[in-house]
Amino acid sequence: MKKVLDRNQIFRNLGINLVVFLLFFSASLFAQDVPSDGDPINGKKLFNQNCAACHSLDRKMTGPVLANVESRLAEDEGLDREWLYTWIKNSPGMIKSGDAYANKIYEEYSKAAMTPFPTFSNADIDDILAYTAATPAVPVVVNGGPGPGGEVQPSGLSNELILGALVLVFGLLVVMLFLVNKTLKSIVSANGVVLEKEKRLPIWKAFAKNQFLVLVTSILLLLTSAYFAYGWMMQIGVDQGYAPVQPIHFSHKVHAGDNKIECKYCHSSARVSKTSGVPSLNVCMNCHKSIYQYQGNPEGPTREDLANGYTNDFYTAEIKKLYEAVGWDEENQKYTGETKAVEWVRVHNLPDFAYFNHSQHVTVAGIDCQTCHGPVEEMDIVEQYAPLTMGWCISCHRETNVKVEGNEYYAKIHAELSKKYGVEQLTAAQMGGMECGKCHY
Amino acid sequence: MASNKKYWKSEAELNPNDSIVETLKQNEFVQEIPVDEFLGDKETLASSSTNRRDFLKYVGFSTAAASLAACEGPVIKTIPYVVQPENIIPGVANYYATTIANGFDFASVLVKTREGRPIKIENNTDAKVMGSANARVHASVLSLYDSTRLQGPTTNGEGVSWKTLDVDVKAKLSALKDSGKQIALLTQTYASPSTSRLIAEFSEANGNVNHVVYDAISEDAALNAFEAKYGERALADYDFEKADVIVSFGADFLSDWQGGGYDSGYAKGRVPKHGKMSRHIQIEANMSLTGANADKRIPLIPSQQKIALAKLFGKLNNSNVGGAVSESVDKALDAIVKEIGKAGSRAVVVTGLDDENAQAVVLAINEMLRSEAYDTAAPKYIRKGNVKAVNALIADMKAGKVGALITDGVNPMYSLPNAADFAEGIKNVELSVVFSSNKNETTEVAQYVAAASHYLESWGDAQLKKGHYSLMQPTIKELFDTRQFQSALLQWMGSDKSYYDYIKETWSADILGESEWNKTLHDGVFVGAMPSIDALTETVVEEEGTEVSAITSISSAVSSLANTSSAGMELTLYSKVGMGDGQQASNPWLQEFPDPITRVSWDNYVTISKADALALGFVNENVANGGLDGSYAKMTVNGVVLENVPVIIQPGQAKGSLGLSFGYGKEVGMKKEMQNGVNAFALYQGFSNTQAVTIEKSAGMHEFACVQLHKTLMGRGDIIKETTLEVFNTKDHSEWNPVPQVSLNHNEVPATSVDLWDSFDRSIGHHFNLSIDLNACTGCGACVIACHAENNVPVVGKEEIRKSRDMHWLRIDRYYSSEDTFEEDDIKKDNFDGLSGDKGSLSGFAELEDPSENPQVAFQPVMCQHCNHAPCETVCPVAATSHGRQGQNHMAYNRCVGTRYCANNCPYKVRRFNWFLYNNNDEFDYNMNNDLGKMVINPDVVVRSRGVMEKCSFCIQATQAVILQAKREGRVVANGEFNDAVACSAACSSGAMRFGDVNEEGSVISELVKDERAYHLLEHVGTKPNVVYQVKVRNTNEA
Repeated sequence: MKKVLDRNQIFRNLGINLVVFLLFFSASLFAQDVPSDGDPINGKKLFNQNCAACHSLDRKMTGPVLANVESRLAEDEGLDREWLYTWIKNSPGMIKSGDAYANKIYEEYSKAAMTPFPTFSNADIDDILAYTAATPAVPVVVNGGPGPGGEVQPSGLSNELILGALVLVFGLLVVMLFLVNKTLKSIVSANGVVLEKEKRLPIWKAFAKNQFLVLVTSILLLLTSAYFAYGWMMQIGVDQGYAPVQPIHFSHKVHAGDNKIECKYCHSSARVSKTSGVPSLNVCMNCHKSIYQYQGNPEGPTREDLANGYTNDFYTAEIKKLYEAVGWDEENQKYTGETKAVEWVRVHNLPDFAYFNHSQHVTVAGIDCQTCHGPVEEMDIVEQYAPLTMGWCISCHRETNVKVEGNEYYAKIHAELSKKYGVEQLTAAQMGGMECGKCHY
Repeated sequence: MASNKKYWKSEAELNPNDSIVETLKQNEFVQEIPVDEFLGDKETLASSSTNRRDFLKYVGFSTAAASLAACEGPVIKTIPYVVQPENIIPGVANYYATTIANGFDFASVLVKTREGRPIKIENNTDAKVMGSANARVHASVLSLYDSTRLQGPTTNGEGVSWKTLDVDVKAKLSALKDSGKQIALLTQTYASPSTSRLIAEFSEANGNVNHVVYDAISEDAALNAFEAKYGERALADYDFEKADVIVSFGADFLSDWQGGGYDSGYAKGRVPKHGKMSRHIQIEANMSLTGANADKRIPLIPSQQKIALAKLFGKLNNSNVGGAVSESVDKALDAIVKEIGKAGSRAVVVTGLDDENAQAVVLAINEMLRSEAYDTAAPKYIRKGNVKAVNALIADMKAGKVGALITDGVNPMYSLPNAADFAEGIKNVELSVVFSSNKNETTEVAQYVAAASHYLESWGDAQLKKGHYSLMQPTIKELFDTRQFQSALLQWMGSDKSYYDYIKETWSADILGESEWNKTLHDGVFVGAMPSIDALTETVVEEEGTEVSAITSISSAVSSLANTSSAGMELTLYSKVGMGDGQQASNPWLQEFPDPITRVSWDNYVTISKADALALGFVNENVANGGLDGSYAKMTVNGVVLENVPVIIQPGQAKGSLGLSFGYGKEVGMKKEMQNGVNAFALYQGFSNTQAVTIEKSAGMHEFACVQLHKTLMGRGDIIKETTLEVFNTKDHSEWNPVPQVSLNHNEVPATSVDLWDSFDRSIGHHFNLSIDLNACTGCGACVIACHAENNVPVVGKEEIRKSRDMHWLRIDRYYSSEDTFEEDDIKKDNFDGLSGDKGSLSGFAELEDPSENPQVAFQPVMCQHCNHAPCETVCPVAATSHGRQGQNHMAYNRCVGTRYCANNCPYKVRRFNWFLYNNNDEFDYNMNNDLGKMVINPDVVVRSRGVMEKCSFCIQATQAVILQAKREGRVVANGEFNDAVACSAACSSGAMRFGDVNEEGSVISELVKDERAYHLLEHVGTKPNVVYQVKVRNTNEA
């Protein structure tokens, strides 16, 4: 089943590559029309590194729209590529020099001066312009999920077939048994032997009579039920796997997984504070000022995503929710000041009587977030990965060695304690990490 | 075999027709059971369709539903900032330096804020002057979250917008400009350069403005005397650290005398260093905190104090002064003169008598002695109240000469003895605006009530002492629609400046010089350039000119003092450490704060000597339910009667004198629980703290909430070890600080050498110890409130305190001696012989329970001793309390099942049980019962629930935080870091409490635990506590 699917994937990838190849081919063909010989691929790279924070190809942001900027400038303002070279390399200078269009654009964008890029070579700028001139690649959306290969029926059938065959075999065996029994019985009766049925106590009565058996069974029953009752009761208040629906569908998979954003970029207070901190919305806006829509992975949403309804449009709508909460006016690219707090549902809830400090674990001990929070970078909806029970805390404290290297604080106590316990490495527990008052006050 | 015997139950049964017998036969209960009371009347019962079976069904269902619902965790929301302020990191505290200047308390402090909420006040150690917070200042953070605060301006009891109020006031003010009537500003003392400038500008803008400064508890006499002598309305400053001999005539300088703040300097001089410590002689009527700390205390009624002061002046000048004092006092005065003579400039004399002559004489003496402790070059500005001006204003108001009255920071209707005159006067005022944070007596009679901001919401500045400036900055945005007085004045002057800009302007123009504003704001304090030499010589010249008249005025002052006559009982009014002038009467922490001397909370009372009580029939008794009861008295001063004043018999109270504290008896705008005591301001005639009074017994007994019913030490000299300076200097410490002996194999061995338990090796890692120096501890109680704030200690209320269910993690025990000194108590106890007879222990112990007429007093802060061999830990059936390697005795609240074994097994009685749920419970309507009050809660410490034991944790949350910070920064813990983190030791400005790691080389604490004076409480029990006390040394050397 798996293999077949993979083959299917290969086909699909091949198809996509073909389309992309064709697209590039056509783009380069098109590129020959304009006086440009830049490399749009390198241009894209440069654009994303240097320009994307303020510019978009098809959308007004901090700076103007850049798609076909060169041709538009040429048509509307009669400005050539030379003008663009100077502008990009030294825009403030140009404004100062009193260039009419430079000043016009400066005023239009509320006097937000463009960062000069004196390090760009003309070739770099050519590349970027080539990229802006190329029609933005239409994302290859393969809506409808499965590729041309169609449904993967056969594999399902084969499984059922085996199962069916097995059932058939068993059925045959049962029938055979019956037949054999019948034959034997008929042989016996044919021989004149009368099968005398012994009169026996019904089994439950016999059982009830045997006091020992009753005792043993009831003890067993009690023990089993106690075992299950205990197990059930120990689950009270343990919310492992708790994955509540959040007001904004924030996907850690997209952020930490696909885009590889470091956890502590957003949860910065985990370094210094007791709490890891849900990032405030202004932190989101650091990126989402320019990332206003979700473009997903180039291959389009996976089947899994589609099954959940996580289309690109869906994610883009979630970004709009953020804009609404933070009061960001997309049209005019400014804050309205009308904010609305986002009421996230807390996933990891430690009871008040347990004191946990993130900075102790993150900064001092250097533990990965994933150790306790699980593969968050794979979670679309965050769930509680660890049980967060005291036993779980303690077993880690018992097993984990304290990270003492390069920390002046531990120098003395580590030397003395390791001598006392006769060990090389001290666990958190040996360090006193299992004392009640270390977490309960 | 059945018996036919019939048992008669009563005589009535003999009569077969008796109806009662018949009824009794039918009815089991003689009295009808009051079913109706809890089931409602019959009709509703009958109309109800619920029968018993239904009821049971409901019970069954709801129990099942409740238990099922309990299995499901609640959905908890987490709401981040939309835009997070740059300087706030959730979970990390920020500190801001600010200043409290509420007219009574002045101090430069640090405010700890968490997520933008101020949660604790701490001392500003950068401040050279008044950088320590007293109990009231520590508690002031809770007053910010007072649910009874005014939430917006009102007029005639109805809400009004500031806009309307501004328009109205401006219109009235401009109308008054030409009417010739005065615009009066009646305010507290600000000691604020910016406010002074602002009021001057306001006067200029409006013309005919009369600014009257009014201190509820006046220092007018001292101010007048200083002004007459030095030409400036201020108070002399004293540095008691520089005094070897301190003589005080009724000056309670360890609490609020002349604005207070003298305790840390005093305490420094009290710790014996190189065989020397200061000697303190207190002559006073009430037993004050200062008197309790004195080496020699002479109880004397106020009129006699005056004569004694005059005589002292005479003796120092070898001149004869009239007036009569008893022989013993005369002798004592001779001794004092000798001691002063010996100390020379290292002596200082102070007085708290509200008498200009007395104050003038004291200034003259200090000047004459050239006392080093006496500072007039840089006097204090924290009291400015002018009695004459206040009286003139009231007269003007009554005469209709006042057009507008604007008050701020004062509550004259409560604190004026002639409040009725004020009430009459305010009716004649066309515009009255009262700035107040709470509804009070004065807001009731005002036209406009301007809701004032708390100091933690305000900008401000203060010059506490000449050249010593402080800044006040807001630590939180106004919680309500409030405004500070200064902003309002600016608004009414038509200025569009903010008060912040105004302060900045004042400071950059007059104060800062080259210094930076931001740095000053960060530090909170600024020491300005001292007055130039020119200015100094100028004043000197002035002095020379008036010298002759000064001499004559002094001699007349002395003679008028000597001629003081007395009649009947003399009342000394004072302010309590916990309540001050009563501004914060609605603060539950302060109400529950036990007075250091009487140990009574939630009340004020008249204190009386035992002899007088006996003569007048007043009693104090401990009743069966464990509470203290006292008689009621009726007090009359000059025709003003105060009814139902509870009486406390106070050891050490001078015979013929009474004491009564200010600050209580407030009613308007207060929750019912907070309305306690009587208003002593009614007796504050002529703003004098001494009054001739008549007192008589009234019916009934008052129920006190006293946390310490046992008054004496019973000769148990090992609890508070004491010695004299002489012994301390000459003898080996084994004599004055002996290790208790126990019997082992019939041999006496030191108790510390016997051990039932194996000891742990505590030489590795941190090992925390707390040292408490009984010499430096003045009993001020700042630590008690600091502990409250840090550890979310609940307030339990008067009823519960009376049942000894107080929750204070830290208590300050106060002990009286039964004989004249504790030493004599010890000797008496040691000489007991047999059960009865002259030296019998039965009668002897009974006698020892009685404090002496003028006892020695000792204070001992007691909190969990964190015993290394803790008796509590061994008896806990669920191991909820256990020991940490760092020396702390841990308490896991959630593990505790509330057996209270630990409390019973604790020899120090420091464990506190949560008898009830003290939060979210209407029965305990204090700060933890409303959202506002809960904002003060420290998020790092659990709020305990009902049924668990709690106790001092050595602020483990703070020590852990210090350790964590060190780990994060990859360094060892710095010296003194632990001391400044723990609430009580950080709050202790006298340095009596020092906390730290004994394993840390060179730390203060590691020296202190090895000190010769160090001992453990109840050492013979063998608990090996981590709290050490330092033997109290008294300087009994008489010259």
